[in-house]
Formats: sequence, structure tokens, C-alpha cells
Amino acid sequence: MAVIRDMIPAFELFQPTSVDEAIEILDRYGRGEAWVLAGGLDSLDWFKDRIKRPEAVVELGSVSELKGINGGTGGLEIGALTPLAEVARHADIIDNFAVLSDAASQVATPQIRNQGTLGGNLIQDTRCWYYRGGWPCYRAGGNICYAGTPKSMNREHAVMGQSRCVAVNGSDTAPALIALDAQMVIRGSSGERIVDAEDFFVGPAIDIQRMTVIEPGELLVSIRIPGDWAGARFYWEKVRDRQSWDWALASVASAMFVSGGTIERARIAVNGVAPTPVRLTDVENIVRGQPLSDGTIDAAGELAIRGSRPLRHNDFKLPLTRNLVRRAVRGEA
Amino acid sequence: MALIGQDIIPPDLVAKVTGRAKFAEDFRADGMVFAKLLLSPMPHARVRSVDASRALAMPGVLGILRAEDLPEGRGLAPERALTDEPMYVGEPVLAVAAVDETTAAEAIEAIEVDFEPLPFAIDPLDSLRPGGPNARLEGNVPRLAEDEEGRNRMTVQELKWTEADFASLDEGKLPMGEHTDEWTHGELDPAFSAADLVLEDTMVHQSLTHHPMEPRSSMAYWDNGKLHIYASTQSTQRTHGAIAGQLGLDPSDVVFVGQYCGGGFGSKIAGAPIYVVTALLSQKVGRPVMLRITRYEENYIGRGRPGFQAWTKMGFRSDGKMTAIDLYIVQDHGPYGRSGDHLTAAGVADLMYQPDAMRFRGLTVYTNTPPRSAQRAPGGAQIVAMLEPIVDKAARELGIDRLEIRKLNAPDHDAEFGANRGRLTSAFVREAFDIGAERFDWDGRKTRSGERNGTKVTGVGIGLSPFVGGSSGFDGLLVLRPDGVLHIHQGIGNLGTHSMADTGRAAADVLGLEWDRCAIIWGDSSQHLPRSSVQAGSQTTHAHTRANHAAGMDMKQKLQEIAAIDLGGSPASYDVGGGRVFASSSPGRGMSFARAAERAIELGGKYSGQELPEDLHGDTVPSATALAGQGLMGVARDNYSHEGATWSFVVGFAEVELDVETGDVRIVDYLASTDCGTVVHPRSLGAQLHGGAIQGFGQARSQKWVFDPTWGVPFAHRLYTARPPGILDVPLQMDWVAVEEPDPQTPVGAKGIGEPPVGAGSAAVTSAIADALGGKCLCRIPLTTDVILAELAGRAQPHRPLEIHS
Repeated sequence: MAVIRDMIPAFELFQPTSVDEAIEILDRYGRGEAWVLAGGLDSLDWFKDRIKRPEAVVELGSVSELKGINGGTGGLEIGALTPLAEVARHADIIDNFAVLSDAASQVATPQIRNQGTLGGNLIQDTRCWYYRGGWPCYRAGGNICYAGTPKSMNREHAVMGQSRCVAVNGSDTAPALIALDAQMVIRGSSGERIVDAEDFFVGPAIDIQRMTVIEPGELLVSIRIPGDWAGARFYWEKVRDRQSWDWALASVASAMFVSGGTIERARIAVNGVAPTPVRLTDVENIVRGQPLSDGTIDAAGELAIRGSRPLRHNDFKLPLTRNLVRRAVRGEA
Repeated sequence: MALIGQDIIPPDLVAKVTGRAKFAEDFRADGMVFAKLLLSPMPHARVRSVDASRALAMPGVLGILRAEDLPEGRGLAPERALTDEPMYVGEPVLAVAAVDETTAAEAIEAIEVDFEPLPFAIDPLDSLRPGGPNARLEGNVPRLAEDEEGRNRMTVQELKWTEADFASLDEGKLPMGEHTDEWTHGELDPAFSAADLVLEDTMVHQSLTHHPMEPRSSMAYWDNGKLHIYASTQSTQRTHGAIAGQLGLDPSDVVFVGQYCGGGFGSKIAGAPIYVVTALLSQKVGRPVMLRITRYEENYIGRGRPGFQAWTKMGFRSDGKMTAIDLYIVQDHGPYGRSGDHLTAAGVADLMYQPDAMRFRGLTVYTNTPPRSAQRAPGGAQIVAMLEPIVDKAARELGIDRLEIRKLNAPDHDAEFGANRGRLTSAFVREAFDIGAERFDWDGRKTRSGERNGTKVTGVGIGLSPFVGGSSGFDGLLVLRPDGVLHIHQGIGNLGTHSMADTGRAAADVLGLEWDRCAIIWGDSSQHLPRSSVQAGSQTTHAHTRANHAAGMDMKQKLQEIAAIDLGGSPASYDVGGGRVFASSSPGRGMSFARAAERAIELGGKYSGQELPEDLHGDTVPSATALAGQGLMGVARDNYSHEGATWSFVVGFAEVELDVETGDVRIVDYLASTDCGTVVHPRSLGAQLHGGAIQGFGQARSQKWVFDPTWGVPFAHRLYTARPPGILDVPLQMDWVAVEEPDPQTPVGAKGIGEPPVGAGSAAVTSAIADALGGKCLCRIPLTTDVILAELAGRAQPHRPLEIHS
């Protein structure tokens, strides 16, 4: 069968108006045969390339209960279908949880941020170009990783956390939400469950064919941000090849409380360097209670990349990640 | 007041901003059906067999077009629109027509193609190794050889270097085995002996896709044996002829429409090879056929800039004077034809630095990567961005200001350059350096070189970019209608530069006519277009201000003669202006242009186009003949003298901030200073200078190809992976300034300016990045974040020495 791209095949389209209705449709179609469509930026690429060919598509745009931002300094609940642009410009987020608005404001382009949703940004599939190109790799159900061989093109791939698959997670908002200790509210036919942001993402060692804990038939309904880190000293930085419509070569998000020159507590996460966003618990532990000194900053950077295993083309991600973590602890570029 | 030099609103503006402008894929015809392409999944293969029976049996599928349905290719290593021996991943193998695109895509998927994989080469150096793969079955390089009759002809041959040639590769030095192209001027050894400083560098410039916003879509149908074809092109009149030629048709049997072009950058100079597919498929299925090329397909068939793997040695006297250049370029060319980027690059290097002696050696190597063609300043944009940071290094070592070393070596009006020691029509290069430096405050800025602000370090750079800017000898065709409106027939294209309007003003100015009394006729071969230049090589502004000037002068002469016939006196006693021809001594005695047009029709003969000048091009004659009798015709070939080569120059000045912890670079300010002769349209000139610079920023920083070397498959095949610059990669403010000295070899004084802005932008940025790195030239383009950070962090570079497509 010859291959053709850039032409979406036909599918059955459902446009439910409630979460219950959406879940009911997903259930009816069963495992993997219905595709959940939010903003479409990830999904439509797959469809256009005719690599993912779901029988049915459940488009969530009319489910108003999935949209909107509620709460204040005591915490926020953000509907999963809230556009990234709204997250980026929401006053409560900017005032109290700026690491999230900063991250959301650097996703892709203004058009994509208007169309793309917070939930979609979190759930997006990896952009490994072998996998996205339809190569039959582990992640696609095959039995090889094309990106990890000594001759592969893997400049944008993982330097840590590889396990057969060396793809990276491309979400900008994921590390920000991990830094904020957010929780993901997931609903399916058997009810609702809540998962910590850092546990939401699934690496290849656990399941090589998925990016998150969401099961077929489940929806990410909302993201809860506790008040604990409101007003913390935040740091967000994303390094990319160009300043729009580009995924991170590496990104860092942090929340810290610093008092009298001492780091009281911190949460730090990086992305673009591993198959999942990575919370740097070891780094958090060694900086806690330490003076905000060059020594602490440098130690944090070194620890962040300890045990990393660069591929042939991405050694640069080690100094990049180290320096981004140093900057996050330092609190400035 | 003369129109040349003033801003105007181009006649296509309203249609563009209201969305009414019709680009190729906006056209429709009764019964129109759609085509889709089957692309090769392999970098080099032979089609053993095709089974389309299932596809052709599908409801709504109308037909298939194969390579065997196409005319033979012509020239060296010819490319055809469809092939049974694809030579790159993504090369079209066949096309299917169906009632809609969904059906056509399903039909493509139902076709079984049996491909026999063939050896392939992605990197020229791999192909040059002993026993290395050839991109083409017959060889890997184009070179001159004697045929059976003893004539020197360009042919495809096999060329391999020795293992010993490759010994230098591990040290990062370009291997330099046998070459096919060479020229020298002056005495190289004495020139190097006279040097106080000799710098030697190996350099890489990656290939990159043109990526115009409008892909190369087309629609075609046949009516009474006449082909009607709608396609995106840079040059209308020449595309008409080219399509007729490709299909073996008489031009009178082809109607070509291309009113708007969403960019070409050299990839649609006279159409595109793929356009025969809609023509032939339409003929086969008996329905109008539309082929909308997708961005994915455009990546493959949309042409690319050839990459270079190069080496240079440059000698400098202690005062900065360049004594010698030794340059070697391996050009990565894709599988078809032959382009001269490497040859042009050598000429540009010689021109811009004026060394006492220069040697160029090089060769073109075929690879199984997408076809290359001219891309906005072909060869020039690569070489200036590669060499300018090395000149900076010399300036640093010799303790000379970087502006001064460039001015010292810059060409002037007496400059000679290249293998044939060509001469220029004019070169106000030092003036461009001076006014640019003043506006940019070079003296102030350079003191900030290396200045640290936190983790950011400032770098400032300069890039000189010369490129050809004009041809001559084409025809102008004007008709003054009895309503007093001047119809300016323009065979050049409309790819956004406004030159199809701007060059017409040369005719209006000769006649002293207001712009609102002028109508531009363009974009449709049935509108009777004159022989025109291809809209490429920055020829148009120069060539067609001349041609329209010549036609305007012809019309003015005829107006004066008509006035003399009707009102007495000699033609020379009459002048034109304000829409009238009148007696110079008594302006009240005269007649309106409208009346003169009526009289021209009555008088006939040369006045209304029944008699035409004998030196008109054969393409112009049928157009002028068709227009005869409709008014007063001004028609002439451009016979103005044109001695020397017309080149324009742009100097780019850039300031960048480089983050030493991330390798990120932001361009914070940019200024372009140009010598392009008389400024025809200031606002449009600014758009060229800045638009080209932005293209150069992408070239310098982010755009490249990536191929998996094991499978020969590309990955930078989407806009987001190809990474052309976005507006956030551009400084908020950019400025430009022009010398505005008319070129003495052309009546309007204007030179073309489409191309040199790219190299100026790219070179200013590579120069500024080297400056921010303390003078270190990484000699690799693009200078992506990983390359810069590896250098800053003292770690291994992310690529092997000279590795490309990585």
C-alpha cells in the first residue's frame, strides 16, 4: 500500500455537550477506537498523515463544563479545555502562579494558543520525528527504536530516562504544573480519580505506547492548583531554535520560597530532556535549607544532569539543562 | 513630479488584502477534478511494477498518469515531473485523478508499487569516498568530457577520491581530491607570500528548502485543442513559453494564467516541472484537473539551496589588504541538472574582497536529496555568510577596525572580478558602508562588542553582500487607448515585489503621465504580453525600467509626430505632459492623449501597431499584432547601452545578544545599507531589504535539512521542523538606508535588489555571533543553539567534522 500524507481520512464525528455524554460515546466505541479531540493541534497532524485513523472522533469543543478558570490565591481549578491563551493572560494565574502563565504564553504561536487547550498541551504525543513519520518503532507497536542508534538523528531527543524509547515530552505547561504541585482530575465511566501532576506522565519503562496515565474511555477534566505555592518565587525558561512555533530543546520550571537568603522549599521540573517531564526531587532536597549561594546553584545544576546519557547528537542538552536549573535556583538568567 | 522614487499603492493591493486575489488553487472550471501524487518512500529506487487495478476500479477514480505518459527530459541529468527511477524520498512517481481529493488519496493508498532499492548517497563526501555510493546509476558528478565527435559536453561521470585524500577529515579539514571546476587569476603563491597573515578554515553551509508560502499548485484544462493552465510562477511570459516547450506545444496553443504568486525565491522562475502533470492528466481524463500541492509535498519538490562543504585560505597584509584567496567548494546538489552556486560563490568572494590573486576549485556532487535550484542570491548568500566572520578574525588579529578592513578591500567602479575579469556598471560600496555605519553608529556600537550583561554578551557584525542586479535587451509594449489610459503590458510576474507596477512607471514618467491614468496589464498570456526577462536574478527592475523607458520614448516620439501632422511644425517642437502633447513654445496648442490615440488608430501603420520595429523579439510580435488598432502603440526593444555587469550591494549591520549559558542568540537590531542605484519605490525597497534579511536570519540561525543517513529519509519536512524564522526572531525595529547614486549604464539608474539582502542579513548575523564569541568563527551555518552551546561549554560538537544534514 502506497503512503500518502496531508489528507485527513473520513471518520465518524461526535460533538457531545457534556462530559457524561462524551464518556458514554467513548465507552460505546471501546478501547482505542474513538479519539478524543480537544484543540486538534496534535490530533489533526496525526489524522492528516493518515497514521492514526480512528473510526470515531469525539470533539469536546461544545462541552462547556470543561472550560474556565475558578478560584483565587487559595488555589485554582482550570478546565482542561481552557485555551492556552486564556491561561496565559488570566489575572489570578499571572498574580499567583506566574510560572504557568509564562509557560503557557510560550507555547507555539498566538493562533495555536487560541485554539490549543491546557489539557491538550499536557496530553500531547511526542514529536520524535521517526515516530511521527510513521516508522514502526517501539512506541508505534514495533520492536526497534530508530532514534537511538549510533547513526540516528537525535539532536532533539532524550538525555535521561530513556528506556528503549528516547523520545521527549514536548509540553511546556507540564513542568510548570509539576512545580506548582498541581493535580489532574480524570473522569471515566467508573468515576473520578485524582493524580498528582508528577505522576500523570508515563515513561516508556512503564508503558512505551502512552504518554500519560489516561486510560481509553477517560477524560482529563480539570487541573487543580493548590494555594501552597501562590506567590512563590517562580522561574520559567524555554530554550528553542526559534522564538515561536517550536518545542523546547529544554525547559525548566520552578517554584521557591526564599527567606533571608535561604531557600526554604523548592519544586523544580525540567522538560524536553526525557520521555516525561522530570521533577528534580534530588535537586529540591539539596537546595532546601541552603543559602542561595553560587555553591548551591552550581551543585543544583550538576545534580540535575547526574546520570544523564546523551545520544550522539544531543550532548548539548547536558550543559543546557544544567544551566537552566542553575538559573532556576538563582532565580534569574 | 516623477513617479520613479515615490511610494505607490500597487494595483493588486485591494485584491490581496480582501482575499479576492486568485492564487493558482483558487481557480475553478466546470467539471474540475483533483489529482494526488504518489511519492517515493526511498531515496533511490527503480519501479519494477505498478498495480493500480484496485485504485482504478474505485468509484470516482478517473485515471492515472505515469512517467511513460510524459515527454522525455532534456539537458544534463534531466528531471521529469514523474519518474520510474525516483532519486530522492518524496519524488513523485505517479498521479491519480479523482472526483475529489479524498477519493484520490484513497486511490493512491490502493496502488501497489514494487520498488527495487538502489544505492544512495546523502552526503557528497560519502559519495566521493573510494567505493562510495553514487546518487545516479551513471555516476556522481557533472563534468565536461569529450563525446564521440570530440566535442566537450557536460556529462554525468563517476569521480572518487583516494583514501589519502580523506586523511585530513578527522582533523576537521576538508579533503580536497580531484575537482572538476577551477579558475585562477593572478599569481597565487607570490600573493600568499606577500601576506603577513594567512587564515585557513574549513566551513559548512547546510541546504535549505525555499518554502514560499504558496506551494506549486496548478489547474489545467483543454478547450478546442488549446491548453489553459493556471499556476504559480515568478515570471508570467517566460512560463507561458516554458510550459509550451515542456509539452511540445506552440505557445499560441497555450493560455497561461498566473496573476499572483505567493513567493518563489528562485523555485518557480519559469514555472515548475510538476505543472505538466495537470496538463497531461487533464488531457488523459478529459476533465479539468487541479493539483493542490501540500506543504509536505512542497518540501520535497519545492527546491532547495545547495549546501557547501568548503575550505578557504585567505592572505592579508598587515594593513588589512587581502592579497589572496584560495577557495575549494564541494557542492551538494541533489540528483538533477547542474546549478552554479559554487561558481557564483567564488565570483562573489573575488568581487567583494578584490584579492591580488585568487584560485577557485570545486565540484558539484549529486546526492539523493531534493533537487536544488537558485535560491535568492544563489551561491552569494552562502559564501558571504561563511567568509565575513573569517575577515573579522583577520581584522582582530591585525588590530584593524572591521568596517575599515572591508572598505579597504571593497570593489569600486574599476573593479574586475571572477574567472573572466568582468567589469561592473557601478559600485558605490564604500558609500554604502559609510552611510550605513553612520546610521547604525558603528563607532559607538563596536565599543559594546563583548559587553556582558548578566549572562548575555553583545556582538556586533557587518556583512557585505553583492549580487547581480540586472539584464537588458527585452521589449516594452504600451497602448495608449482612446480614453487616454495608458495600458502597460507587463510580461514579468507578480511575486510580491511590485515590480510589475514599479517598472511601468518608467514609461509613465517619459510621457509625463499621472499614475491614475495608467493601467497595468499582467498575469495572463491571453492579455498579450511582451518578451520579458525571467523574474529571477534580480533582473526585473533593471531590465524592465529600461524596456518600458524604451517603449515610452517610442510612444513619445509618435505623439510628437501625430501632433506635428495635425497641428503643424516639427515633431521636436512638441512636448508631452499632463496627458497632452503640446507645442513647447505655445502650450495651448496641442491635443489630449485621448485624441492622439484616436488619431493613431486613424493613421494606422506604426502608430497603431500595424507596423512593428524589426528588432522586436519573436514572442512580442504576436502580442503587439493582437493589440494593433486599439490605440497609439509604444513598442520597442531595449537597445540602450549596457557595458559591464550590473551588480547591487547590500551591507548588513547587526547587533546580537548571545546567552553564554544557553547558546541562545537574539538579534536586537539590524540595518541594511544598499547601493542599488536609483531608488524606484522606497517602501518596496525597504520590504526587500528587510524581508531578505529575515530570510538570511533563518539561514544563519535555524533553517537546515536533517536526513537519517541509514535510510536516506528527511525529517525537516514540515514548516515547524524546517524552522524558517518567525516574526519573534526578528528585531522589533529594523532600519535601512540607500546610497541613491544612479547607475550610469541604464536610463532610469535603477539596479535590481531582490537577492543581496539575504546574504547581508545572514552574514551580519554570523559576523555578530563570532564577535559575541570573542572572534571565534565556528564556520558552520546555521549557527544553531546546540552548536554555539557546545563551543561555550567546551564540549564535543553535535556533529562530526563536515557532517551535513544533521
